[in-house]
Amino acid sequence: MLGLGDFWISLVFVLMIASVALCIAYGIARWNKD
Amino acid sequence: MNMIVFTTVVLLYLLVVVYLGYRGYRETKTAADYLVAGRDIHPLVMSLSYGSTFISTSAIVGFGGAAAVFGMGLLYLTFLNIFFGIFIAFVFFGKRTRRMGLNMNAHTFPEFLGNRFDSRFLQGASGLLIFIFMPLYAAVVLMGGAQFVAQAFAIPYNTALFFFTAIIGVYVIMGGLKGVMYTDAFQGFLMLLGMTFLLVFTYVKLGGVIEAHRTLTAMKDLVPPPLAAKGHNGWTSFPPFGTENWWVLVTSIILGVGIGVLAQPQLVVRFMTVKSDRDLNRAVLAGGFFIFMMTGVAFIVGALSNVYFVNNPAFGKIALLAAGKNVDNIIPLYITSALPHWFTAVFMITLLAAAMSTLSSQFHVAGTAAGRDVWEKCIKGKGGTILITKVGILVSIVAAFLLAWVLPAFFEEGTAIIARGTAIFFGLCATAFLPMFIGSLYSRSINRTAAISGFLAGFLVALFMTLFIHTKESAPLLLCNALFGKASLALGSKWEFVDPLVVALPVSALTTLLANNFGKRLPPKHVENCFDGIR
Repeated sequence: MLGLGDFWISLVFVLMIASVALCIAYGIARWNKD
Repeated sequence: MNMIVFTTVVLLYLLVVVYLGYRGYRETKTAADYLVAGRDIHPLVMSLSYGSTFISTSAIVGFGGAAAVFGMGLLYLTFLNIFFGIFIAFVFFGKRTRRMGLNMNAHTFPEFLGNRFDSRFLQGASGLLIFIFMPLYAAVVLMGGAQFVAQAFAIPYNTALFFFTAIIGVYVIMGGLKGVMYTDAFQGFLMLLGMTFLLVFTYVKLGGVIEAHRTLTAMKDLVPPPLAAKGHNGWTSFPPFGTENWWVLVTSIILGVGIGVLAQPQLVVRFMTVKSDRDLNRAVLAGGFFIFMMTGVAFIVGALSNVYFVNNPAFGKIALLAAGKNVDNIIPLYITSALPHWFTAVFMITLLAAAMSTLSSQFHVAGTAAGRDVWEKCIKGKGGTILITKVGILVSIVAAFLLAWVLPAFFEEGTAIIARGTAIFFGLCATAFLPMFIGSLYSRSINRTAAISGFLAGFLVALFMTLFIHTKESAPLLLCNALFGKASLALGSKWEFVDPLVVALPVSALTTLLANNFGKRLPPKHVENCFDGIR
């Protein structure tokens, strides 16, 4: 994937993008809460 | 670099920084303004300030250089930085820290711990630990900036270090946290611009995302035999479990900083600067993306710099060898040789911003640890808190400067000194503070004995392993050699590669849990006051 040979390196790209998406989704969902 | 262009850019930048610092200074009227920015900072300012304080020249130059050596495996640190450093920190730590800090009228991290456990000793000891060890972390941040200045102007490292420290020293002794946070936010914005350009330019120069990655993957045969023997299988491959590279990468670089971020005094205090939990929710949105654009870009570019150096006839070798085995000089060399000259000035500002935003907070925290936590609260000194704080800041700056001066001569060739120094400080904070910090936020039954026992056990085990077991530090520190005639007591075994955090943090957590069965419980009224408004 993305020209990366190693499974662990491909996985970390997925994890990074997922964690940024989590932060953005949380920020939007809780924008006016609390 | 064109001196006129550079001087103009730097002067413009410093002018804005001085204006924002002055604005913060004008709005600083009370102790709460000075220490926690009046608790009414805008969430975007708080988010950018948190991010730019967290990310320094250490992350960009030091860890970027480490990525050029270890490869893209370092991106697991970026993942932990986003997941733990932003999401977990803000959602599960930040909200409780904000409310509890307000309930207890705490203005610093040691004061938070001292008030929570009703212990002057804990506040004083935490403050002292921060005051003594913060200069090490500040020194490696200074080193990152000075390495780049030295490379860009072709001047000696020590001259660059003096110039860099002087600029920062003058600016830091100005206003309180409000001025620091306003300038942090501006600097965070500049860092975002600089790193975005760096990422785009690198991928364009190397033929696109997939092409750049493929070329790097195909270079695995160029790994020098000494590195291959330690488990290096190429720059897009994770080292095999149990090899020396695996232990260094996972325990020191990834876990040390990835977990340590949760107990950083200069970051925790930022949770106390916003007026509601809603602001923390909003800060999460920008924080995750910001960290990705900082460490993610630095590590990707660091690893890909190998492609540039190998394919460029002027170098024709991998990044580590092109930089003369000076890990901390890889990113400065890449910027000055691969990118347009005008970008060197822009990146200089990016690094200046990254260093200043982190150093100002490091020195602010070290100063308040000396003035507020040790002098005013622990030993009950009468008056002069602000003066002691400013003297504390000055002492920290001088100590950091001297450390940055001697550190390069101390470590063996090829050591990522900046990354190591950062990991030591982050690891030390995690082992000393994290178990009792989690306990203080989530347990109503945790007592003073547990907090103090865990703090001392974590700190002492980490110190012992740093001085006598972990060869990367015990060898240059020479104490083990002087007492036992060898660089490490674990020489020849896997333990010499295991970061102190991996042992000291579980010891600290277990000690905290066990010691909670002894000692008096805190008065119920005190605990209820701490948890007021917390479900």
